[in-house]
Amino acid sequence: MTILCDKNTKLLVQGMGRMGQFHAKLSIEYGTQVVGGVAPGKGGQTIEGIPIFDTVYAAVQATGADASVIFVPPPGAADAILEAADAGIALAACITEGIPALDMLRAKHTLRGSPMRLIGPNCPGVVTPGQCRIGIMPAQITRPGPVGVVSRSGTLTYEAVDQLSRLGIGQSTCVGIGGDPVIGTTFTDALALFEADPGTLAVVMIGEIGGNAEETAAQFVKEHMSKPVVAFIAGQNAPPGKRMGHAGAIIAGGKGRASDKIAALEAAGVAVSRSPAEIGETLAKHAPSLAG
Amino acid sequence: MNVHEYQAKALLREFGVAVPQGRLATTPAEAEEAARALGAKVLVVKAQVHAGGRGKAGGIKLAKSPSEAKQVASEILGMTLRSPQTGPEGKVVRKVYVEEGSAIANELYLAIVLDRAAEEFAIIASTEGGMEIEVVAERSPEKIITVHVDPNLGIQGYHARRVGFGLGLTADQVKQLDAFLGGLYRLFVAKDASLAEINPLVVTEAGDLVALDGKLNFDDNALYRHPEIAALHDPEEEDPRELEAKKIDLAYVGLDGDIGCMVNGAGLAMATLDMIQVCGGSPANFLDAGGGADKEKVKEAFKLILRDPNVKAILVNIFGGIVRCDLIAEGVVAAADELLVKVPLVVRLQGTNAAEGRAILAKSGLNITPAETLGEAGEKAVAAARAAA
Repeated sequence: MTILCDKNTKLLVQGMGRMGQFHAKLSIEYGTQVVGGVAPGKGGQTIEGIPIFDTVYAAVQATGADASVIFVPPPGAADAILEAADAGIALAACITEGIPALDMLRAKHTLRGSPMRLIGPNCPGVVTPGQCRIGIMPAQITRPGPVGVVSRSGTLTYEAVDQLSRLGIGQSTCVGIGGDPVIGTTFTDALALFEADPGTLAVVMIGEIGGNAEETAAQFVKEHMSKPVVAFIAGQNAPPGKRMGHAGAIIAGGKGRASDKIAALEAAGVAVSRSPAEIGETLAKHAPSLAG
Repeated sequence: MNVHEYQAKALLREFGVAVPQGRLATTPAEAEEAARALGAKVLVVKAQVHAGGRGKAGGIKLAKSPSEAKQVASEILGMTLRSPQTGPEGKVVRKVYVEEGSAIANELYLAIVLDRAAEEFAIIASTEGGMEIEVVAERSPEKIITVHVDPNLGIQGYHARRVGFGLGLTADQVKQLDAFLGGLYRLFVAKDASLAEINPLVVTEAGDLVALDGKLNFDDNALYRHPEIAALHDPEEEDPRELEAKKIDLAYVGLDGDIGCMVNGAGLAMATLDMIQVCGGSPANFLDAGGGADKEKVKEAFKLILRDPNVKAILVNIFGGIVRCDLIAEGVVAAADELLVKVPLVVRLQGTNAAEGRAILAKSGLNITPAETLGEAGEKAVAAARAAA
């Protein structure tokens, strides 16, 4: 079992530019059912063997797509997210980096009344090893198994997945939730999905400085998680007031420090690796039955 | 992006938020002229730097005549202002804002922020004006009023009533606050602000509300649709290396250690700094070369890292997803060769085309220490920096 996507997922690609085309191709090679692309004004064409539609609505009507990956540039990205929701898409992952926070705030509010789940924006997407790749992750480093991975970062997710795979520990689903201040699916949402998934036996959670999503997640772990959770928090020595690459990675007004997040997680029984090189080993120690 | 107080106040005025009259000056003579034009009995001369705590640091002074304004401006202009927010190196004052003095009866705090946790706007108000809100939150959280605003609905009358009566204002003043807050909110939304802080919001002896100070912070991601806000950017306020990095589309933050870092991805870049510290070393910078890193970008990144004279070793940590390790390796070799890099290089390549990348490094004949894992990379970089120190 997995969360969010599997071999039956029918994926659309919104925004068929250079990046959209490149990753659509990689997803197809991985075995993902990419059923269509959306590029306004190019409906009726075929790109990389993928039928193109003018609107998400038309694409869903024609293909029965239930998921979408969004590569639309920042000025139109929130619009693309809302278009996916309006067309009845169940899962949308928005890869786009640099969307104005106000656009996301409004979109997120509108989505409160919608059944669509949004992953990201500013995220690497979702991979269910051996079944489905949505987004830009290098899926070849993943392997099927029982550990759920959820992370605010892209490359650091690859690092953690690689450490697990090298120890022979596979993953149920890897979710990059994104580095922006306002995101669709939070740590807490992803933890709840992993807790409910019989195929997931433990979770690795990769947080970073800024905001308080990790503290909220710690509370959730304490109250609702029966499965072991291992974490790493990036930016333990980041200076306050500086945006560390991600729009959301900033210590502001004494809030969002790594030390507070680590303390909250440890108080909730989460095993926190201080070294980014020992995320895999920490899991192997904390959930010994999973080590290969 | 931050702006100066004088720029913030011009924007506030444009949106109908009450601010005192004021003029900008870059010389003592201009300050005297500004004071004369304002014609106020009491004038305030304020250093224009992007930092709080200016008053205690000697950056804000009173004057009772244009000639006195000239005198205090000559003291402030050119001074190196050091406050807890500037860091020990301080900031050189190049501009002052000359403002009419206000007869203050009461000082309050008012701000609008984007509340990440609530995913709404939050109006934050307090009777403890003039103090840092973080300090108030710590010492007397019951004195802080927080009211959330639905971003799709916008500000309503009850928001101002809850804040105003909560602050102990009179009914007439609450009406003033309604206009004041409305203007502040419209500015926040129209210009994609991420913080609008009025501290202090003053109740004058005549009973009027005035923004005595104003701090605005804008969403960098939205600057593309606000060229007029982007134009307010003051490059003097930024670390020159961070400025240089922005031009070539790299995320860079200068730190005070001796190991230069080049990494792809913000999370892995932060984790690399953590790794160096776990190994007992100290990083010289954060640098995210991004998803589109290629040969040219790697070279530019190396130039930037080497501008820091403290750098004793460089750690390159790449986990190739979109980024191809062979292209990075070519960039590293070209940079090390063309820039005559003298400091030891530790390079760790993983992911897409990592084997090809490692082969390129090995064949180059350059003195590059390869590393397989993140832990090994950290240890080798720290050892190299120690040996070079």
